[in-house]
Amino acid sequence: MTEPLLHAGTARPGDAGEEADPDVEHPGGFWSDAWRRLRGRPLFWVASAIILVLLVMAVFPSLFTAVDPRAADLAGSGATPGPDAPLGRDLQGRDVYARAIYGAGPTLAVGVLATLGTVLLGALAGLLGGYRGGWPDSLLSRFAEVFAGLPFVLGGIVILTTYNPPGQLVGESRLVVQVVATIVVLSWPMAMRIMRAATITARDQDYVRAARALGAGRLRVVFRHILPNTLAPVLVYATIQLGAFIGAEATLSFLGIGLKDPVVSWGVMIAESQDRVAQIPHAILFPAGFLVVTVLAFVMLGDAVRDALDPRGR
Amino acid sequence: MGRYTLRRLLQLVPVFLGTTFIVYALVWGLSDDPFAGKCGQRECSPAYIATMTERYNLDDNILVQYLKYLGALLTGDFGQTFSGTEVSSLIATAYPVTIRLALVALLIEAVIGILAGIVSGVRGRGFVDSLVLVSTLFLISLPVFVTGLVLKQVLGVELGIIRTSVPNDPSFGDLLVPGFVLGSLSMAYVARLTRTSLVENARADFVRTAVAKGLTHRRVVGVHMLRNSLIPVVTFLGTDLGALMGGAIVTEGVFNIRGIGGLVFRGILQQDTATVVGIVVLLVIVYLVANLVVDLLYAVLDPRIRYD
Repeated sequence: MTEPLLHAGTARPGDAGEEADPDVEHPGGFWSDAWRRLRGRPLFWVASAIILVLLVMAVFPSLFTAVDPRAADLAGSGATPGPDAPLGRDLQGRDVYARAIYGAGPTLAVGVLATLGTVLLGALAGLLGGYRGGWPDSLLSRFAEVFAGLPFVLGGIVILTTYNPPGQLVGESRLVVQVVATIVVLSWPMAMRIMRAATITARDQDYVRAARALGAGRLRVVFRHILPNTLAPVLVYATIQLGAFIGAEATLSFLGIGLKDPVVSWGVMIAESQDRVAQIPHAILFPAGFLVVTVLAFVMLGDAVRDALDPRGR
Repeated sequence: MGRYTLRRLLQLVPVFLGTTFIVYALVWGLSDDPFAGKCGQRECSPAYIATMTERYNLDDNILVQYLKYLGALLTGDFGQTFSGTEVSSLIATAYPVTIRLALVALLIEAVIGILAGIVSGVRGRGFVDSLVLVSTLFLISLPVFVTGLVLKQVLGVELGIIRTSVPNDPSFGDLLVPGFVLGSLSMAYVARLTRTSLVENARADFVRTAVAKGLTHRRVVGVHMLRNSLIPVVTFLGTDLGALMGGAIVTEGVFNIRGIGGLVFRGILQQDTATVVGIVVLLVIVYLVANLVVDLLYAVLDPRIRYD
């Protein structure tokens, strides 16, 4: 996974022959090579288009619907899709379409924040452990193993029920913060492991020794010379993980311990309607559809980014 | 090899202590009043509180409590629930079901995943390859509970082929669909791993030698390539078995399977702390040992890997 990094800044003779665009006279560095490969993949454009629509949906839900997602009309409980409510109504008579649109915000917020947190925490720990070596490295690694030893769903349940006992009502932002923190705490060891391995490879490269020999300080060596060359594997991990974290949020909400009413998210919608799946199937199938398409888009993007940054795996 | 095993075993000890202590502290130490809601609408009687405080050493500080629990654990005593049932007997009834489910899932994901990976890896780019890539993409994107709910609805409620609720002592046939649901995500990873591994090995010298010797295509693929390509797949399956035996909470919930996942989930909702701690301790041990076995298996399967 770290091998391509060694070629950073140089053209790869083997690849350039096969893949070079005839219009490009000077094969660029690692990142522009990757961007060129990425541009050529339809999968990347499909995924990006879906994600763009989802982002607009998350930031401006009122562009897509004028209906209040929390307005309940018990007379229309379980109504099938029709002109009045395009995707039908749930048990409480709430518009499934409006709820699905408004659900994009919290769902994506959890996914993005959890990814940022995991990558920042894991990458810092990995950089520190990998560069410093010795006892801080051992300590950090053992510490990470403790958290990696907890199975994800089990750990999530234990943490969330402790800080948020069943039956307690809590506010929207606190719920989101709790779920994000839980995912970060349980996932950072993986990001750290990737970053640590990349850092150890980069640490003994000639350019790092050169920088050190020129008198660069420790911080400068780590952030200006090592970090840019260890970013690629972490970036790949982050894109794929974003999709996985959105699924994880839905799973926790499905178990009734993640997000819950008043927050509207797809996991919450699925959790609320699972008991009535036989009577009101559309209340569960449509949010599940939104969820699957979203995760699919991020996994596709992750696949495309990985193929672009690490062409050996194709 | 022996020294490596010993070192890894010793490394497991702090991880085990750390993980179990975190869980112990979370479920016991952080609740303000462990007796809240334990006795219905009324306050608990002083006699009950005294008995429970003594049983769980609640008067000690959390570290001492944990050490006492650990001491009992080393003699095989998993403790008792609030109602006095032995946690170990709860585990003994629930765990066989979970193991059976994990084995079914592992079998399904290994057979389908490896076959799909071989077909797409050997044929190379083409329709089958794209089909496998797209379907693995879909499997990876489907959260387990969505697959479970949809299959339960379609196969169980609408077509009536399977029972929506698995019986108490399920046969392997009853666990076929739940096993498929549980293993579906890993199935996609197995297929991709097998494919990547085959494609990488296809250019290896030993394959060229085998072809040059005049061996049939079937023999080159089936004996020379597969045996080398399956090493990462086998280790993945090993790690996955460890994860499956500990993490079937969602699948067991969807299909009402009376396994360890359902037990721990009910334990948490009913705040039956002793059950939760007991099961988590057990699952952490299973998970750590599975990972250790996989690491050792690597050395057995691939003698090029040397430990020192």
